[in-house]
Amino acid sequence: MSIFSRSMRVTAIGIALAFGSLAVAQSEEGKSVFPDASRIAAVGGSITEIVYALGEEGKLVARDSTSTYPESALKLPDVGYMRALSPEGVLSVNPSGILALAGSGPKEAIDVLKKASVTYIEVPETYDHQGILDKVRIVGHTLGADDKAATLAKSIDADLKAAEDLTANVAERKRVLFILSMEGGKILAAGDHTAANGIIKLAGGVNAMEGVNGYKQLTDEAALTAKPDMILMMDSAGALATADADVFSNPALATTPAGKAKKLIRMDGSYLLGFGPRTASAVRDLAAALYGDQIKG
Amino acid sequence: MVDSVAGSVGNMERRASAGDRSARAKFAIVLLAVLLGVTVLLSLASGASDASALAVVRDGLFPSMSDGSALSERDRIIVYDIRLPRVVLGVLIGSALAVSGAVMQGLFRNPLADPGLVGVSAGAGLGAIVVIVLGGTVLGPLLAILGIYTLPLAAFAGALATTLVLYRVATRRGQTSIATMLLAGIALGAMAGAFSGIMVYLADDRQLRDLTFWGLGSLAGATWTKIAAAGPIIALALIASPFLARGLNALALGEAAAHHLGIPVQWFKNVAIVSVAAATGASVAVSGGIGFVGIVVPHLLRLIIGPDNRYLLPASALLGASMLLLADAISRTIVAPAELPLGIITAAGGGPFFLWILLRKRGLLDL
Repeated sequence: MSIFSRSMRVTAIGIALAFGSLAVAQSEEGKSVFPDASRIAAVGGSITEIVYALGEEGKLVARDSTSTYPESALKLPDVGYMRALSPEGVLSVNPSGILALAGSGPKEAIDVLKKASVTYIEVPETYDHQGILDKVRIVGHTLGADDKAATLAKSIDADLKAAEDLTANVAERKRVLFILSMEGGKILAAGDHTAANGIIKLAGGVNAMEGVNGYKQLTDEAALTAKPDMILMMDSAGALATADADVFSNPALATTPAGKAKKLIRMDGSYLLGFGPRTASAVRDLAAALYGDQIKG
Repeated sequence: MVDSVAGSVGNMERRASAGDRSARAKFAIVLLAVLLGVTVLLSLASGASDASALAVVRDGLFPSMSDGSALSERDRIIVYDIRLPRVVLGVLIGSALAVSGAVMQGLFRNPLADPGLVGVSAGAGLGAIVVIVLGGTVLGPLLAILGIYTLPLAAFAGALATTLVLYRVATRRGQTSIATMLLAGIALGAMAGAFSGIMVYLADDRQLRDLTFWGLGSLAGATWTKIAAAGPIIALALIASPFLARGLNALALGEAAAHHLGIPVQWFKNVAIVSVAAATGASVAVSGGIGFVGIVVPHLLRLIIGPDNRYLLPASALLGASMLLLADAISRTIVAPAELPLGIITAAGGGPFFLWILLRKRGLLDL
């Protein structure tokens, strides 16, 4: 009988997917290269994506449940959700090292893993252009693939720049409201320092919730004053999905510019918020959805 | 209350005529102790990895018998630092939940009293949430003084306050009304939920994640530190419980009767309330909300060994520990190498059982 309702449990995964942490670089014990990189467990969707993009997937023996891309990664054993790792589960795949995105845990599990002399390296995450490049370089470095990482980072850099340039000349910036969940009619929206805020900025939009820190529940009045031109949500399957009609019938959202014009974009969560190799493409998609014909390409 | 009184009176009649069930109860307790021993070994031996607990123990105790297949350091860590603390915590929490359920049912003379159902767990949860969210700021000094005990003590305080209010509201002239108790429990649970909601709103992202996973109810993340924090409080409550048995039996006859039997009623009730709150609070603090153990275990045992608390309380402790260990073993292995939250398993098993009790005893629970 927890004070948390079941629905809250179900949303937990979705919520936590969107919360990256404001990464504090944790190069613990100064380790930045795996002494033995032959059997690596990748924890965090973008980490796994980068390892595949580097062509180093042969070193992976396991992934976490947020690592769902590329599809071939799904064949690896799943050691559970990145923030609720089970130490014995991770040890059971007998990894030589764990490459984890900042915010993985819980702390108790990480402590035991370190004690079991598994090299644990945490990769910091920031939600901007530079953050993605840094991530790629760090992941490459840990696996002893600095050259490949430099090449990949360079191409991602160019790709991202091109995607950002699409909206460089747009005169009127669209205001975007990212809604994480609408459980029970309560709108949980993204403020500053969130992955959603980062991607909105990269796509040339303005976060309608600017000035609010983190993910916060939105009051009806705040939704009105946010004046979003566009609502952005994650794809969610099955019973959890909030139907478009439900979004627009929300009294607070209905009267906003986005609500009147019925402007709602849905994108895959790990694609939109992952800050990895696919981010440039996500930026392009989002920019196209926001500005349509106003941008070239 | 009808249930326990009827049971107890029935028990006395039987004792006078058809013989009592104490022989059967003693036998059941021995069986349950054996069962617990087996589940402990089973839990130590099972897990996502193939680390063999037997080999680790054998090599530890009789180094000479080692078959040379050099046990890896990793296996030792899996057994001693992952499985063993988890088993110890499981035993502590399983018995604490089951015993506090049994004591509360006796105290309220009400088969539906369960810390989870009547808001006591929610109160404990509120105490814990306040510490998690405000621990870094407003409550910093408190944290500095109490250290690792802050969380269990705060949960204990929350549980104690809820139990006291519940008792005051639901009991009039020594009679506890089932309807009032359940309704008061709902109100208290809602209030605790509301305050918890405020705390959740104040929480930052990291704290929010802590709260969410803590709320799922799990023995994952069992460490010796957590056992050191919650263990003494739970142990104290468990040690106190055998001394409550006689009083609870007397109380089943009504407060006046208990008084005439020489029970210092008011003092006794206070001790019982404090021990329930301590056991529930400390359990919730380390493992989140794990439902249904407190209601399923004592009910199952009453069906088998009768309502005599002298046997019911120790039997509940043993069976509660075994059940939680089994549920945890399932949670650790069913989706290995990942893990299913324990709360889901106890609720999935306990919910249907609870409905079955309701169907079986429908007449007794009429409000």
